[in-house]
Amino acid sequence: MTDANRPLSVFDRPNSYVGKTVPRPNAKRLVQGRGRFVDDMVLPRMLHAAFVRSPYAHATIQSVDTSAAKDVSGVVAVFDGHRMQTLCEPWVGTLKHLAGLRSPPQYPLAVDAARWQGEPVAMVVATSRAVAEDACELIDVDYDERPAVADAESALDPDMPLVHAEFDSNLAWTRTVDAGDVDGAFVDPDVTVVEETFHFGRHTGVTLEARATLADYDPASDQLTVYYSGQAPHMMQAVFARHVGVPEANIRVISQDVGGSFGIKIHTYGDDMATVVVAKALRRPVKYVADRLESFVSDIHARDHRVRGRMAVTKDGKIAGLEIDDRTGVGPFSAYPRTSAIEANQVLNLTGGPYRIENYRARGEVVFQNKCMMSQYRAVGHPIACAVAEGLIEKAADAVGLDSVELRRRNVIPDDGYPCSSASGLKFADLSHEAALDRLVDLIDLDRLRHEQSELRAKGVYRGIGIAQFIELTNPSPMFYGIGGAPIAAQDGATVRLDPSGTIHVATSVTEQGQGTDTVMAQVAATAFGVSLDQVRVTTGDTGAVPYGGGTWGSRGAGIGGEAVYQAGRALRDNVLATAAAILQSSAGDLDIADGTVVDASGAERIALSELAKMVYYRGTELPNDLQPELVATRHFRVTDYPFVFTNGCQASYLEVDPDTGLVRLLDHWVVEDCGRVINPQLVDEQIRGGVVQGIGGALFEECLYSDDGQMLNANMADYLVPMAAEMPDITVAHIETPTSTSALGAKGAGEAGTAGAPAAVMNAINDALKPLGAKPLTTHPMTPQRILRALGKV
Amino acid sequence: MKAPDFSYLRAESVDQALDLLARHGDDARLLAGGQSLMATLNLRLSAPSVLVDLNHIPDLAGITETETAVRIGAMTRHVAVERSPVVARHLPLIAAAMPHVAHAAIRNRGTLGGSLALADPAAEMPACALALQAVLEIAGPGGRRRVAAADFFHGLFETDLAPDEILVAIEYPKAPAGARWGFRELARRHGDYAMVGLAAMVEGDPICGAGRLAYFAVEDRPVLAHAPASKLVGEVIDDTAITAAEDALDADLDPHGDLHADAATKRHLARVLTRRVLGDLRTV
Repeated sequence: MTDANRPLSVFDRPNSYVGKTVPRPNAKRLVQGRGRFVDDMVLPRMLHAAFVRSPYAHATIQSVDTSAAKDVSGVVAVFDGHRMQTLCEPWVGTLKHLAGLRSPPQYPLAVDAARWQGEPVAMVVATSRAVAEDACELIDVDYDERPAVADAESALDPDMPLVHAEFDSNLAWTRTVDAGDVDGAFVDPDVTVVEETFHFGRHTGVTLEARATLADYDPASDQLTVYYSGQAPHMMQAVFARHVGVPEANIRVISQDVGGSFGIKIHTYGDDMATVVVAKALRRPVKYVADRLESFVSDIHARDHRVRGRMAVTKDGKIAGLEIDDRTGVGPFSAYPRTSAIEANQVLNLTGGPYRIENYRARGEVVFQNKCMMSQYRAVGHPIACAVAEGLIEKAADAVGLDSVELRRRNVIPDDGYPCSSASGLKFADLSHEAALDRLVDLIDLDRLRHEQSELRAKGVYRGIGIAQFIELTNPSPMFYGIGGAPIAAQDGATVRLDPSGTIHVATSVTEQGQGTDTVMAQVAATAFGVSLDQVRVTTGDTGAVPYGGGTWGSRGAGIGGEAVYQAGRALRDNVLATAAAILQSSAGDLDIADGTVVDASGAERIALSELAKMVYYRGTELPNDLQPELVATRHFRVTDYPFVFTNGCQASYLEVDPDTGLVRLLDHWVVEDCGRVINPQLVDEQIRGGVVQGIGGALFEECLYSDDGQMLNANMADYLVPMAAEMPDITVAHIETPTSTSALGAKGAGEAGTAGAPAAVMNAINDALKPLGAKPLTTHPMTPQRILRALGKV
Repeated sequence: MKAPDFSYLRAESVDQALDLLARHGDDARLLAGGQSLMATLNLRLSAPSVLVDLNHIPDLAGITETETAVRIGAMTRHVAVERSPVVARHLPLIAAAMPHVAHAAIRNRGTLGGSLALADPAAEMPACALALQAVLEIAGPGGRRRVAAADFFHGLFETDLAPDEILVAIEYPKAPAGARWGFRELARRHGDYAMVGLAAMVEGDPICGAGRLAYFAVEDRPVLAHAPASKLVGEVIDDTAITAAEDALDADLDPHGDLHADAATKRHLARVLTRRVLGDLRTV
């Protein structure tokens, strides 16, 4: 449905905040340094934890001598793996719906064997972090180094050592998708087949605020409070309950200000768990804040995929078949409770997703290795799926002599073709590939860009244009995790309460980690209920204060949490109007709430909300005796009918490659995306831009470099290159708005879109730039100067 | 991470700093701008028991000029050098290189002397000192001595400085009339250590006299490449001379690979930089 045909709704009212950029209520607090992050918290009798981490990728731990560390003044306790084992139930990173996935039990500290460089081996708790670190240096661990499995590609070779002796191989999980007649499609004499192998290096989240946990246990009431820098407080409440031995009802997890997360802070980490375990054992608050060096070797890494792909294309540019083979290395354990198989699963599900492809086969193999653990990070699987398909499409277009935009046009699912399903079984609705591609071509002025490119080539300047079409998985339903047995809610709740001052208070289970969730929730509540934005307060990130829900991940905050807030706001409005009708001897249907006041059909003020609320709360004698007003309403929302609500979009990159140095200068970047109803344009655009920058990071800069024996070589901010502002292009964002029919609000997610498409767009642009120089296509991410020079045959 | 415990001693004069060094020997480190030292302390890569702070010695910072030279105190901040009109006029190579030294926040604290004394092989200032034939003034228990930049850099983070000595000033000859200079570096991000860099100074215009090409981020110390420089002597800088210099480069450079560029890539990039920097200086 186009915008013009859509009936007017509450979102079109003149005082609607939906669709408007508004100042962020929490921005001033954060820029003035008034944020309250975990490391800002100081509790009485608080102790500090530090960890000894394995210097080897794979080693037997013969002994851990903690005696000297215990003697250090200020040290309160020292733990090795065996002692920790007695205090904590192990966890296993598997889920029922990922059939065959295996991973051994994991403890907070390594027991008898260390399986990655950086795995926590011993823990010191002391009166200061500095003392704890001093004591760590005195712990004598006797390691017997073993051969390491570093390279995922060879991890299944028969002569490779086993990461876990109890398993017969280093295979963690495998899955095959086989739809249509792939073999038939590829042997058809009328098709052209292109193939390519892609590599995606490991990178990691590098959140501005590192992981941080402060656990406070009160033995008198068996009450555990955990201040936790994370995205899913309720999930962590359940996780701590299962493994620390405190009833779930007695655990409160508080995630107030969180300085970035990107999926890093949604997993169970041994050091965090040990911190909670020890706080309980010592009956004193214990704080642990990862430092930057530890973050690089303990925060989950992302990607690490090798994908072989081939595509069959008919003469008239129809994709007749697609086949991919993905090998990914996930470190020694599957992460808990989300597992480390989801990314490979997503690659299998998403590759080629924008296109009508009947014949599709995909094989994924997830292998153990002696490297830092790998798991879900922003845009799980998306950039890999997108780069593989879009890279093959460029190659196919060349092979059949078609412009690649035209090839995409001939294959995308048409905008009037929904609902439909992909070959991998994904259900799609409300997407707009055709409109988005048209908009992108228009936005970048492709003809002018091509003209400029060819003029500059004549002068020895090599610029490239790269395009990528993507789908984005958002608003996940219980089909994502809950179905597999994980304590992860797919529904979220919101409670909206009218206070005597006439303000409303929103408590919601989705969380804020810097992206503006609080602002968006306030906008939705204000609009749904009928007050101005300054009359809304929002609470998030406290299991003791908000309804039960999943938190913010998987691009679900606005789409799921926002819908819950919307429904709760409307329900509260109904409650208030019923109360007002009784007070005013009117009918609720004849009344409305506008700008903090109950008004009649003509818009005339009947009673201010503050007056109504004061009457209810303080002067109940003025109310009819049979009226018990409920000036609070709670609603929950989950996506039904669809496992996920997909969004779509496309990106373009314009860049210049210096063929002598291999350096890439990013000139421009464009994104057209369809996240359904846009609640706050600026916040959506900034989500997209941030995502693009992280995608560019993976495409050009970020890589966890490992030696052959599993040592991470660049685990510091000098050698690990995060994308920086100076190197980033301007990023233009445009929207197609096709609201999802799964909710009244119509919002889909927008958190993955930028990261999903940027690497493919940059890769295609580099290869476009280098095409006249006869370079071998760049398909290894990040595309570093050295890799570009090698592709050009210069080194 | 937190730095291990250390004692902090604030020196009020060079002599006092020398005394403190003599007293504490190998246990002591000098604290200049702290832009490298503090990081290594916090990473526990370095654990001196005593830090001798040079930041409060009044006469260690400042830029002065004589008829023939510019003298820069070792504790002069990068930012002061970057903004100095004297440097801009007489040491344009340094002025051109300064914006490449890390980031503005680091240049606000980092010092010229600290950079030279640390002798990071990928740093800009050591290479500029070689190209400009700087002389380093060193104070020690036996008095002061002067060392040519060419004799100062011994290897990876190793210099001619003895443990009981302090670098107090750097003296750069003013650029002679007709001198030409060029500076470029190739880094993956602005402000990073370069994959390869080149600081060049050539006397004479249009016919070249002596020239010095100082490469950095290639070996364990900045390298003066004599062979390519010699190809320029008596020549105008044109395509022929540039090609001759570029072709002579291999004889003088033995690059060590790092995380971002292996030896072959560095060798290639050094050639590219040679062509580009000399191209900046070309006469025709």
